[in-house]
Amino acid sequence: MKWDLAAFAQPLCQFLALELTPAIPVIGGVLFLFVLGTLLRTSFSDPGVLPRATPDEAADLERQIDVANGSTGYRPPPRTKEVVINGQTVKLKYCFTCKIFRPPRASHCSLCDNCVERFDHHCPWVGNCVGRRNYRFFYMFILSLSFLTIFIFAFVITHIILRSHQHGFLKALKESPARYPFTKIGLSAFIAATALTNSTVVVCFFSIWSIVGLSGFHTYLIGSNQTTNEDIKGSWSSKRGKDNHNPYSHGNIFTNCCAALCGPLPPSLIDRRGFIQSGTPQLAPPTNGITMYGATQSQQSHMAATIPLLQQQSSEPVILTTSPENGVSLPGRNSLTLSGPCSSLPFGQPTPPTSTPSLSCHEATDMLPIHGHSHTHTHNHSHPLQEPVAHHHYLTPEEVPSPPGMLPCGSPHSHTMQAGFYNPASQDSLHEDSVRGLVKLSSV
Amino acid sequence: MAETHSLQDMRQQAAVAAKVFLQRDYTIGTVCQFQTKFPSELETRIDKQQFEETVRTLNNLYAEAEKLGSQSYIEGCLACLTAYTVFLCMETHYEKVLKKIAKYIQEQNDKIYAPRGLLLTDPIERGLRVIEVTIFEDRSLTR
Repeated sequence: MKWDLAAFAQPLCQFLALELTPAIPVIGGVLFLFVLGTLLRTSFSDPGVLPRATPDEAADLERQIDVANGSTGYRPPPRTKEVVINGQTVKLKYCFTCKIFRPPRASHCSLCDNCVERFDHHCPWVGNCVGRRNYRFFYMFILSLSFLTIFIFAFVITHIILRSHQHGFLKALKESPARYPFTKIGLSAFIAATALTNSTVVVCFFSIWSIVGLSGFHTYLIGSNQTTNEDIKGSWSSKRGKDNHNPYSHGNIFTNCCAALCGPLPPSLIDRRGFIQSGTPQLAPPTNGITMYGATQSQQSHMAATIPLLQQQSSEPVILTTSPENGVSLPGRNSLTLSGPCSSLPFGQPTPPTSTPSLSCHEATDMLPIHGHSHTHTHNHSHPLQEPVAHHHYLTPEEVPSPPGMLPCGSPHSHTMQAGFYNPASQDSLHEDSVRGLVKLSSV
Repeated sequence: MAETHSLQDMRQQAAVAAKVFLQRDYTIGTVCQFQTKFPSELETRIDKQQFEETVRTLNNLYAEAEKLGSQSYIEGCLACLTAYTVFLCMETHYEKVLKKIAKYIQEQNDKIYAPRGLLLTDPIERGLRVIEVTIFEDRSLTR
């Protein structure tokens, strides 16, 4: 694959550098690196996960709710609180998984099994939720990707046009990487590279519509200070009511943009690099949230388990922590799988056809070892999981009884450990858990 | 021994009688603010004014952290231009204010709350959801 890419890009770049200006491949390279950087940053930063409530807090809330309802024998209806923000009534929902009243604009992501502040959406291409803390990186990613796509498209077209002036149009399409026959790479490379040119044009063309469309959509959202979630539900649309307006908007587009993109970046509320102490009965404050991001960005599209961990008792020293927020260093495992779907095309453009398979069960083998943990799950995850249940049966033991992120760790090097800790002895308990999990889901 | 009233002594010797949680106040928006309503459990322990003053100061500090001003914009743009590597060298404004808050809470605990058998927990340790006030058993009652 690598020789393919190099074999294609190199003559193209040389051609453009000679015919037009050397700045073109340089700009292309810089753009590409920028796209990659923002992608990694989006994938590996904490979107703004809200850690789960401590048992004391949960008990206190329950007590307050009981007092408010008047305790009865049966389970009360879904708990909501109403609050008036800037003249707009907003309903705060109680999250049964996290045992908190969700702040406004927060939402519980069933894929990550976490409440996320200012929840925008869960992006499978990025393999992470997009929320308060990584929205700007996501936006810059899609914006720069649109520029890159347009850039590539423009220059591939230019290349073909310039060649066609020399040879004639169809010949230009066939002959695009003209140097091949003279290098030692051979005929297959020549054919592959030609096909690559043509396919690049086609893919670019379709990508442009989708990516540029997405960028435009998010530009609109930023301008009106809405989240994708709110826009889809029409929370602030005037169709709902005459006085319905967005209470979070600052009034003018410019302020909204600045706030979203240049505003202060709150620090992570969860402790993502803490080690899980096996046998710790209660959390120590700094370890209130221990999370694990899916070890791979594309694989973990469902499994991006950023779950604050309260306690863990297991003998399996498995932890899959993600890289730090600046995205500079990647655990070795991540870089391996990074090359998966995203490298199917040159210039690393994510494409729907290739990314969708990554959402499927292929990575089951990687996921299973995570199960090597106990079921000291004090959280009754009754949160409904929709799609994961459908075709990821292995998700339920992870997500329902214990969050996938609950990986106990005994050694400091555990974050580089591969998935090899699946303990067959605990499979029965897993099965029990999964059954219990499914039963719980059905009761919701 | 009993006169030192240090936090470690308190934690070791005193038992936790109750915990009070001050929830977030969302009436302004998603900015981090806490309810200033005085909890009834603390009535016997501390002066209402004092407590509300503490909470109000905390609210102001959090508002300062999330303030949208020229300083935060400059910091944001600079960070973007340097591909966020600038945060390897310096702290974000928010983090600086969080440190200030931690210091403030520590100071309040030492001066005001510990002598009264109370302990404020920094909200950041509770995910900015609540201000947790731990009420220790009043040892003077047992004597």
